[in-house]
Amino acid sequence: MSRRLPKRKASDAEVTTVVLLRLYIAGAAPNSVQAIANLEAICREHLKDGHKLEVVDVLEHPGRAMADGVLVTPSLAKLFPLPAANVVGNLSDRAKVLSALGLKSGTR
Amino acid sequence: MGEGWIIFLSMKRTSSIARRRAPPRPLAKLATGIEGFDELSRGGLPRHRISLLVGGPGAGKTVFALQCLVNAVRRDHRSGIFVAFEESARQLIANGATFDWNLAGLPAKKLFFFDAHLSPTLVKAGDFDLTGMLAMLAAKKQQIGAQWIVFDGLDVLLTLLQDPVAEMREIYRIRDWLAQHDLTAIFTAKFGDRTRETSRYGFLEFMVDCIVRFERRQEDRVSTQSIQITKYRGSGYAAAEFPLSFGPSGIEVGAAEPAELAHKAYSERITAGFERLDAMLGGGVYRGSSTLVTGVPGTSKTTLAGKFAEAACRRGERTLFVSYDEAAAQIARNLTSVGIELKPHLDRGLLRMYSARTEGISAEEHLLKLRSLILDFQPRCVVIDPLTAIAKGSNLGAARTVANRLIYMIKESGITLFVTALSETDDPHAESTNLQVSTIADTWIHLSYLVRSGERNRALTIVKSRGTAHSNQVRELVLGKSGPTLTDVYSAGGEVLMGTLRWEKEAEQEVRRTRNRAEFDQRRRELQFAEANTSAKIKALELDLRRQSAELALYSGENEGRGVSSSERETELRRRRSADPLVTAIKKSGNGAAK
Repeated sequence: MSRRLPKRKASDAEVTTVVLLRLYIAGAAPNSVQAIANLEAICREHLKDGHKLEVVDVLEHPGRAMADGVLVTPSLAKLFPLPAANVVGNLSDRAKVLSALGLKSGTR
Repeated sequence: MGEGWIIFLSMKRTSSIARRRAPPRPLAKLATGIEGFDELSRGGLPRHRISLLVGGPGAGKTVFALQCLVNAVRRDHRSGIFVAFEESARQLIANGATFDWNLAGLPAKKLFFFDAHLSPTLVKAGDFDLTGMLAMLAAKKQQIGAQWIVFDGLDVLLTLLQDPVAEMREIYRIRDWLAQHDLTAIFTAKFGDRTRETSRYGFLEFMVDCIVRFERRQEDRVSTQSIQITKYRGSGYAAAEFPLSFGPSGIEVGAAEPAELAHKAYSERITAGFERLDAMLGGGVYRGSSTLVTGVPGTSKTTLAGKFAEAACRRGERTLFVSYDEAAAQIARNLTSVGIELKPHLDRGLLRMYSARTEGISAEEHLLKLRSLILDFQPRCVVIDPLTAIAKGSNLGAARTVANRLIYMIKESGITLFVTALSETDDPHAESTNLQVSTIADTWIHLSYLVRSGERNRALTIVKSRGTAHSNQVRELVLGKSGPTLTDVYSAGGEVLMGTLRWEKEAEQEVRRTRNRAEFDQRRRELQFAEANTSAKIKALELDLRRQSAELALYSGENEGRGVSSSERETELRRRRSADPLVTAIKKSGNGAAK
C-alpha cells in the first residue's frame, strides 16, 4: 500500500514541513462523518504549523480509490513526510492516530 | 449490543417477507461446472443468493470458489469478481497455476481480483465499515458486468472488525448490497472448530441460502478430503459427505452415482477368456460391460484376468492391465506357466501393463492415475487386478466411492472392464461388505476352494450375469499348461467332488462305461443270434409252407382229374363189363339227390 507522492505537492512541502493527508470516506456514512470531525480536531490541535488534507469520497470516485488501494472506509493516508502511514477507522482512538502519523500525543 | 440484535433481526424479517411476495417459481441456479458438485446440488449454487463455504485451512474452499469463477468465464462467458481478504491476487494466481485454468491469461475484465488483503501492520483507530469497498466493487461490477462475486476469507475481515455487532452489521451490509446488485455470491470462511465458532457466526449460517462444508482428515497417513452440503434453502440436495479430490482442472467431487446412467448398451458378445467359461455365461460377456471376479488369495483370479487380457489382445484390441503390489513383469512371467502369453502383445504395444504400489496412496490418487492412463492409452479393455487394493491407502467409504466412480467412468467410455476383488472369506456374499462393487458389476464370477480328502480344488460359480442365460452350476477350474479350463463336477451324496475325487469318480465311471459297453455288445450279439435263429426258422417254415401249398394245389388239380378219369374209367369198365347202365344211372341220380 505504498502511496505515490504527487510532485506538485512535494514542491510545496519543501518550504515548510507541511503534512499531507488524504482521507477516504464513503458519503455520509456515520463512520465517515465521524472520521472527518475527528481528523479536523486532531489537525487543529496537533498540526497547527501546516497541513494539507484532501478528502476523497469513494462513492463519487470509486475508480480512484481502487487504484489507490483503499479497502475499507474511512481510511486515512499520510503521504508526507515519509514514512507513509495508513490508519483505518473513524479515528476516534486519537492516541493511535497520532502515533501512526508520527506525532506525539499531548505535545504541541 | 441488544439494540443491534433487534435491528438486524427486523432487517432480516422485512427482506424475507419481500422475498416471499415474489411469485413462486423453481429456485434459479448457476452451475459451478465442478465435476460432481452440480449433481449433488441438483444444478449448482443458488442464483442471486449467497453460498457459504466453510472448513479448515487447506480444505479446498478457495480453490472451489475460484474454480466457480473460472468455469463461469470459460464455459458461460460470465465475468466475476474475486475479493481476496486472505491472500494477495498474486498468490492466488500462483496457487491456481497448478490447474489448467490459465489464470494469468484470463483478462481482468472477465475475472477481476480485488486485493482486499488487509496488512497485519494496519493501524486501526476506531470503527470502520465496508461502504467504501462496496462502492468500489459496484463500480467494477458495472464496468465488467460481473455476475459472480467471491468474498474469500471472510473470517479475516471479521477478525479485523473485532466487534460482534460490527461483524454482523457488515455482513448484513454485504448481503443487502448483493441483493441490490443481482450478484451470485460465494463467501468462504475458516470455521475450524464447529462448536465454538458456529455460535459466534451462527447468524451467518442462518443468513446464507446454501452452506457447503469442506473437511480434511488424516487417516492412516493419508489425508482425505470431503465435501458436504449442509443447507440449501428451497432446494433438494444430496446430503451425504462426498470425497473430494484435486484433478488437473481443479476440484472433483466424487458423486456416488451419476444422476443418469447413459452407458451405451452393446449387444456384441466377447469372450470372457476361454470357451467353457463363455459357454457358462451363455456366450461370453457383453462389450462395454464390467466383470467382477472375487475370491480368496490363490483362487486364480489373476489367471482369469490374464486370460481375458490375452483374448482381448488376440482380437487386436488395446488392453490396459493394471496391477497393484505386484510387478507387471512378474505377473507376465507367472501367467506363462499356465499358457498365457502376454509378452508378444506387450512388445507390439497392444497391451500396456501398469503396476503401482498401494501403501500411502489414496483411492482418489489411484483414480486420477487410472483416468490419465486411460485417456492416454485409449484402451478397449481394461483389467484391474485387484481392485480392492485401492482401499488400502484410504478409508473404506472413500475407496468404495472411488471404485464406483472408476467403474462408471470406464463404462461411460464403452470400455470392457474386468476387475478382480479379494474377498476375505470364502463366502461370495462377504464381498458385498467390502467395496460393494458386486452391485454395479454386470457379471460376477466367484472363485472358491473346496477342500475334500486333503485337497484344495478351485470352484467357479457365476453369481450373476446381467442379460444372459448363465449357468447356475458349479464348475471346477483346472489350470493346465495350455491355460485354464473348466470341468464338470460330480455331486455324490450331496457332496461336490473335485480334483482326485472327481478323477476317481471319472475313472469309476469309465470302468462302468466299459463294462456296460461289453455287456451291451454281448447282449446285442445274443439278440443278433436269436434274431438270425428266428429268421432261419422262419425261412425253414416258409419253405415248408410253400412246399405244402404247392402240394396242396397239385393235390386239388389231380383229384379233379382223377375224379373225371375214374368216372370215365368206371363207364369204360362198365361198358367193357357190360353192366346194367340203368343201375349206374340210378346211383348217379342218388348221388345228385344227396348233394
